[in-house]
Amino acid sequence: MHEYSLARALIERVETAARAHRATAVHRLTVRIGPLAGVERELFATAFHNCRPGTLCADAALVIRNEDAEWRCDVCGEAIPAGSALYCPACAMPARLAGGDALILERVEMEVLGDV
Amino acid sequence: MCEDCGCGDTKLVSLDVHESLLAGNDRTAAHTRAHLREDGVVAINIMGSPGAGKTALLEATAGALAGTRRIAAITGDLATERDAERVRAAGVPSKAITTGSACHLDAEMVHHALHDGIAEGVDYLFIENVGNLVCPAVYDLGQEANVVVISVTEGEDKPLKYPVMFRKADLVVLSKTDLLPALPDFDRAALEEALAHVMPNPRMLAVSARTGAGIEKWINWLEQMRETERPQTAHAHAR
Repeated sequence: MHEYSLARALIERVETAARAHRATAVHRLTVRIGPLAGVERELFATAFHNCRPGTLCADAALVIRNEDAEWRCDVCGEAIPAGSALYCPACAMPARLAGGDALILERVEMEVLGDV
Repeated sequence: MCEDCGCGDTKLVSLDVHESLLAGNDRTAAHTRAHLREDGVVAINIMGSPGAGKTALLEATAGALAGTRRIAAITGDLATERDAERVRAAGVPSKAITTGSACHLDAEMVHHALHDGIAEGVDYLFIENVGNLVCPAVYDLGQEANVVVISVTEGEDKPLKYPVMFRKADLVVLSKTDLLPALPDFDRAALEEALAHVMPNPRMLAVSARTGAGIEKWINWLEQMRETERPQTAHAHAR
């Protein structure tokens, strides 16, 4: 259930950004969560919805983007197919994770007073 | 125009952030790591299911290193100080972190636990994480290495079920090997095969904390950790 800790950290981070821009509300957040981030997306969305009341994110939409897991050989750069052992048969080297563990706040869209 | 006070309409401002949700945790972990490296302390984060044998491994380690290496431990549990008490009884200064309802340790908790000097002058700091194969994998604590303890009774497919945890492991310790005579169906090759699918450079040691079998190899691995060249990170204060 670390999704709740992460949702609270997300809201704090977004509120800091929003205050720095003197935003009145946060309209939309975009995060990217890969399958190897160790975060359950639905649970994270639920946690966000439960944590947001009373914050600048109270009415904010949460967009969760995916990222595919990708393993590659560090030597020849060849992709290691999903479901196979994590090493390169040609180079006999361990594979390196090239994507899939993202847990990133990408964008914050907020409402800022026009004259400011 | 705003009709209430004439202050002007709001406009939508889009801000690209591109920052990890764990950025705060990772800054604290980097700070802890820099301190520990400066003091020559090798920190090991020990993870695994409840009952995998993490505390027993620490007890056996304390016995094996007695007189040669100074060690300290931080133990995380939702409630009680039982693990810390067990490790203390084995002669290791220990500090319990009682997380309440949190299913993992984070960098802030470890940083706080270190502030009373428990790791001063030690060679190894063992951080026994909350028994859980999911959440602890997400948090960097400032350790040099992650060790996942899996007991022989847990099932050979555990790595496939918890790929995030095993991907983060630098070493897997297969524990309770003294039970193997009672487990004729245990298939070590199947476990190794499962590990190879989730852990890019799979390394596994088999130990019995009860009989001491394999503990020497574990100690050798710990000693190798001391010899590993570690980049000196800038000593940045996180806060």
